[in-house]
This record gives sequence, C-alpha cells and structure tokens, in this order.
Amino acid sequence: MTLDDKVKAAREAVDKQTVEIVQLHFHPEDGAPYWLEKAKGYDFDPLTDVNCFDDLKKFPLFEDDDLRGGPVDRFLPKKWHNEPRYVFETGGTTGTPKSRCVVRDHWIDYEEFSKTLPDEYFPPGSNWLMLGPSGPRRLRLAVEHLCQHRGGICFCVDLDPRWVVKLLKKGKIDEAKEYSAHVIDQAMTILTSNHNIKGMFATPKLLEALALRLIDEESSIEEIGITGIFAGGTEFTPQWYRFCKEELLGPNVYITPTYGNTLMGLACGKPFDPADNFKITYYAPQPRAVVEVVNFDNYDEVVDYDETGRVKLYTLTHELFIPGFMERDEGEREKPHEKYPWDGVSGTRPFHEIAKSTTVGVY
Amino acid sequence: MLEIPVIRWGQPYESMEQSPVVHFETGEELAKVHQANGGIIKMDMRKAKKARDILRQHSIEDLIGMCEKAAAYYVNDELPMGNGTQTPEEFCRIQSASTGLPEHMCKFNMGKSAYVMKNMGAVLDALTRGLPLDVFSKGYGEEGRGIKISYQATTNACGWVLPSNSPGVHTLWLPVIPLQIGLVLKPGSSEPWTPYRMFEAMVKAGIPREAFCLYPGPHECGSAIMETCERSTIFGGQATVDQHAGNPKVAAHGPGYSKIVIGEDKIEDWEQYIDLMVDSLYVNSGRSCISASGIWVPKYGAEIADAIAQKLGPIGPKPMTDPESGLAAFTTKGVAEAMNNMIEEGCKSSAVTDVTAKYRDGERLIEEERCDFLRPTVLHVTDPDDEMANTEFMFPFGSVVECPQDKFLKKCGYTLVCTAITDDEDFQRDLIDATNIDRLNLGEVRTYQIHWMQPHEGNIIDFLFRNRAFQTEPPPPTEV
Repeated sequence: MTLDDKVKAAREAVDKQTVEIVQLHFHPEDGAPYWLEKAKGYDFDPLTDVNCFDDLKKFPLFEDDDLRGGPVDRFLPKKWHNEPRYVFETGGTTGTPKSRCVVRDHWIDYEEFSKTLPDEYFPPGSNWLMLGPSGPRRLRLAVEHLCQHRGGICFCVDLDPRWVVKLLKKGKIDEAKEYSAHVIDQAMTILTSNHNIKGMFATPKLLEALALRLIDEESSIEEIGITGIFAGGTEFTPQWYRFCKEELLGPNVYITPTYGNTLMGLACGKPFDPADNFKITYYAPQPRAVVEVVNFDNYDEVVDYDETGRVKLYTLTHELFIPGFMERDEGEREKPHEKYPWDGVSGTRPFHEIAKSTTVGVY
Repeated sequence: MLEIPVIRWGQPYESMEQSPVVHFETGEELAKVHQANGGIIKMDMRKAKKARDILRQHSIEDLIGMCEKAAAYYVNDELPMGNGTQTPEEFCRIQSASTGLPEHMCKFNMGKSAYVMKNMGAVLDALTRGLPLDVFSKGYGEEGRGIKISYQATTNACGWVLPSNSPGVHTLWLPVIPLQIGLVLKPGSSEPWTPYRMFEAMVKAGIPREAFCLYPGPHECGSAIMETCERSTIFGGQATVDQHAGNPKVAAHGPGYSKIVIGEDKIEDWEQYIDLMVDSLYVNSGRSCISASGIWVPKYGAEIADAIAQKLGPIGPKPMTDPESGLAAFTTKGVAEAMNNMIEEGCKSSAVTDVTAKYRDGERLIEEERCDFLRPTVLHVTDPDDEMANTEFMFPFGSVVECPQDKFLKKCGYTLVCTAITDDEDFQRDLIDATNIDRLNLGEVRTYQIHWMQPHEGNIIDFLFRNRAFQTEPPPPTEV
C-alpha cells in the first residue's frame, strides 16, 4: 500500500468515526446531555447533516471553559452513565478546574499508544516508574494502565503541580526546587530498591533532574536500569531532545516525545531519525482524535505544509466529542508519515498571543 | 550570516535553535545566536573546578599581564566573533544597531572596559587592600605583619546574568578571571557583543579558553546559572533585587536611584553646579544605575529644575552615528510608552511639575516604526514623599526634589551613588554613616565618574572569597 493509499484510508476512517461519534453523542436517548442541549441552538441537525469530518466545521468552536464545574458527566453519553466512571482534572491552580468524565477512554488511548512502543526498550513484563503529576490527573492512572497492559507494575510518586505553580507565582523559587528535590528523592528510593524498573514516564524537567542526580551519585539513567522513556510537554524542544539523548541518556536508552492532554489523549512522536535533526513531529491518535494546524486569523482554514498556525484539536471517542477546540499551542503543519498516514504538527510551543501569561515547566 | 555559538568551557556548541539579533531600526537580522538550555548549564557546572584548576596554573600576576594585553586587543584588533570576525568599528556599529545606544556611547563603554582591563593590577591591589595576590591562589598567606591570613574562594565559577541595554556593566565581571575563578556569562539577548569580544581578547592574550562559559539563551539559563554557581550576579529591576535579597549566593544589581544632594551651606551657589547636575542626568543617555535620577535640594527647587530643563528639554533623537546623539532608543515596543504613562500619571500629583514640557517642541514620547524614544524629562517635586520623588527610568530623567537637609537621609531611600555638595561637617558625618547610601562622593563628582579602584555595590573580593581563620601552629600561651 502506498503512502497515498494509506492517507486515503486514514481519511475514510476519520470520516466514518466522525459520523459514528456524532450519532452517539446526539442520540436522543443515549447521547451526551451537554450536546443534546447545545443541539437545540444549532441551525443544522447533527444527526443528519454531519456525514464526514469536514462537516464538523458546522459546529462553533468548543469553549473549554464549559468543562469547568458540574455535573461532570454531562459530556459523557448517557449510554455510559451506569458504568464506573472516573473524573480527571486539568489546570486548577485557582478556581474550578476543567474536568472530564471517563469510563474507558484513558485505557484505550494508552493501549493504542502501547502499540507504538518498541519491546526492545520497553520489555513486556518489566516494571515502570511514573515520574509525573499525581492526584486528580489522568496521566497517573493512564501510565499505570499502560504499564499493566504491558505486564508490569507501575511505581508512582506524589507530585502536586498546582502547588508548584503557586510557589512559582509567589516567586518562591527555592521552595519549588526543594519540592522538585523531594520528588527526585522519591524516584531515587524507588529506583534503588530492586524493583526491576525499565520503563518510565517523566516530564522533561524531572527527567533532567533525575539524570543529574544520578550523575552526581556517579550513576546514570542507563546504569540504574532504565531502557525506555516517554516524556511530554512543550519543554520537549529539539534542543532539549538532543541534549537529553547526547548528554543525559546515552545511545542505549530510548526516549520518545509525546504530546497530549486530558481532552485528546496521547499524540505520538515520529520515530527518531537522524535526518530530522531532532525536529519533533507529533501525530494525533487518529481516528479517535485529530489535530489540525490552522490559520491564526481563520481557525477553519488549515495552513499549508511547513507553515505555522495554531493547533486545533478534535476528539472523537465514544466518551467525548469535541468538534474543534483551539489548543494553547502553535506549530508547523507536517506531512503524513508511513506509520501515521495523516497530518502531523511539529515545533509545538505556547501560542504566541498567550505565551506571556502561561507558567510552563512547573514539574 | 554571522552565527554565534554557545561556549561551554571554551568549546563552541551549536544548538538546534538560534535566536536572531536584529537591527532596532530596520529589523535586519544581524546575527543568529545559538541558545543554551538549562540542562547544559547544570551539566557543565559540575566541571567548574577544572576552570579554577586551569586558571591556577597561571599566577594572578601573569593573568593580570594577560588582561593588560587583552585590553589592547579589545580596543584595537579584529577579533573572532562566532563564525566571522569583527573590527572595533564593526563592534561599535553592531552594538549600537542592536541595543539602540548611539555609536559614540558604545565606543565610550568600550574604552571604559579596556581601561579596567589595562589597569587590572591596580584594581585588584585596591580591592584586596594590597594583600599579596598569592593569598588568593593558595588560599592563605601572610599579611606582612607576621599575621597569617586566609582567603578561601567561595566558588569555582562565578555566574553573571547580563542585561541587554547597558554595555557599561561589563566592567564588573572583568576581575573574575585574574582572580582564577571560572567565568560563566549569560549575555543579554541583544548584547552578545561585549562578552564574546572580551572572551576572544582574553583568549588571544593567553588566558585559557577552558575558563569561560557563554550561555546565550532563554530565562531558564539565568535560573540555571544562579542555581548552580555558588556565586552569581544578576541585573534587573527592583523585583529582581527583592527576589534575591538575603541570598548570599546572588548579588542582584537593580535600579540605582542615584542622587545629587546640595547642602544648605551650598544652596545659594546652585548655579555653579548646573553642569554637574545636567551631565549626571544625561551622560550615557541616563541608562546607567550610576546616572542621577534625583537632585535633592533644601530650596530653589523650581529654579534649579528650570535651569536643568532649559539645557535638556530641547534635546531630541539624532542618528545613532551622530557624535552628538544623546538619546538611546527603546528597542522593545511598549516599554517607552509604559514609562511615559507612568510619568504622566505621576504628573497628576499637585506636588509634581514637568518643567521640561515648555522647552520641548513636541511630546516626550516619540514613537517610530520599530523603536521609541523618550525625550529628557525633569520634574520639580515639592513633596519628598511623592512617588515621583524617588523614581528611576532608563532615559535622561530626574526629579528635583525640595526637601529639608535634615530630612534627606530619611526620605531618600536606597541610593547607589550619592554626590553630596556640602562642607557642613555634621551633614557629611551623617552621610558617611548612612547605610542606605552605597557609593558616596563628597564634593563635585558627577555620579557616573566612578573610580575603578573603588568597590561597586560590594567588594567583589568579599563576594568571591571568604576571610576565614587559618593556623599552622598553636597560638601563643594565653597565660599572662
């Protein structure tokens, strides 16, 4: 199958997924209360007028502020309301956080992601360390599920990013550093306690802090037994990627960048290729989510390949429907790849118009 | 295109991302500067001891000699600059183009730095109070009266988070290398020129390149330097100073709030000091912390403000190449406007009058396509408690404040440079005792006329070395 064929097939899959998901979320009995209420104000009928992905442009942009407050299951189709449900929060340093109610989505997202991880570096049956935010975050449970799905046990640390944001906003840099050291202390205890840990999730900042701590103790990420890492966040820049590979990890430890959030799930990084010169390109987990790079002045218009625009996100799962949400990031539109035959985005960074007010790199 | 690498203990390092340095008037890209990341700095600082070890292979006297040679190279030679080279003339031109400082001021600052390097021996002799320099190499020695002394280095490398808009500050870090301590610089985003040129001049003079790190990069680089260097200096606003207050590892240099005060005994002669006041406000476009921002007088405030305003008010922007050009440009959009708004707001007070307004042909704020200017501004402030009495801006700005002499020290707040014109011995005694004044000039010294043999905002020797007890034998018996 040529790449063009794959691209066409992927597009057909997204069109099919779009129709299926819209039919569910707007189903009069089984649909999501939020969307059924919204549909009353539309000048089109989602059940009859949405027949392909492009028809999602008929919906107004999704306002993520609607995700604040209860009832949290209003976005969840009623079909799932009798299932055991999770609620995951995002942000929330002050005020009511945005939240999402989930039944199985986080498991499915990470099971799909698992297929992209090389067994050589993430050996099935080996244990993991989750070095990221805990508490009401989805990531904690998702990574644990990923590890379990691959036959391992996941060791976790306590990490409250909201507290770190508060410290940074108050200028209490030293306290934030102490908190980071406290997190690394927990990681060091786990890693030196004979737990056969080979896989790890970490944020770039924490991975860096852990690697430097190990260097100070005349060890290394490799020596401590880690063979595979996935990490995410806008701080995962090409420069950091290179520094990490060349100076923190060495050639025998695999690291892959990921890009994700509570709404979308997990976008995968294009496999490392020296020819890319550390450029990081992400591909959304289609057809369950789609990422577009759109014109800053017209969010309905996708920019040309290699051009810069704002990241627009669509979520098309049985548990959440988001017909176009403007992410807080910008980047360049990338061509489809053999492994991911749909558009990608590279160079993600905070959207320039809101970057100044964002506190990044909190953990 | 000129490309400037990161320097990691002397070795060039090319990053994945580069930041452009642009011409403030035309937007033309002047250079691409490679960008460090925080992790690189944290990694490199684990090897800082090597820098000190390498420098200690040379005596301090030898390093002083190399500084003297470097001074000549710095002002005269074509030196490497990234992937190209740069003559002194090109240096001034490009520094002016990226910082908005007129070329003749760039040249002046260049000479200032070279002077300090050329006179490094005398500078260190003054700052160490004449101690034998091997005390700092060995960590101990004899003071000359048979008394053992020890000066222990507090750090293997000293970090400097440098500003973009004030090339004059580079004189402050020059003594670090001859004191055999590794030098870690984070150049300002639009002023990589001085650190890189100085580095090349010093290397050409024989100083080991392994003693230097230059980390252009985002804010995280500054944080990483301050986190990992046991001693570092940062330049910034009052918020930066407040943030690091009480941290012995960090010296934060902020606004100077430098002032001239005229005593009651001299105030009748105020007209004699107008040139001194004008120069102190105006030289270097008022951009230095050592530029005066306040003139405090017991009376004749309106007359003094008017006399200064007559001289400064008509001054406007000129081409950067004009030797008479006295105003630096604001190269970041919105900064000048914000300052102008603050001044306008301040002028709403009944205690404040903008005396320069009547001598200006036009507005204070001049907005151009890619940069802005603020024309000199002199306020007459009748209430020393008014907010505008003790304010500093990065352009020729000053408040002539009426304040009784006996209230001056209570009202003047922190003052980096205070030039006091008085022969009143009691007032002089109070000024000498005042701990809110850093550099004190008793007499007709312009605030920017600083003597390089004097410490600036603390003695760098005390910052980089700890005078501690050291014995090689028991003390004499204590029985009498």
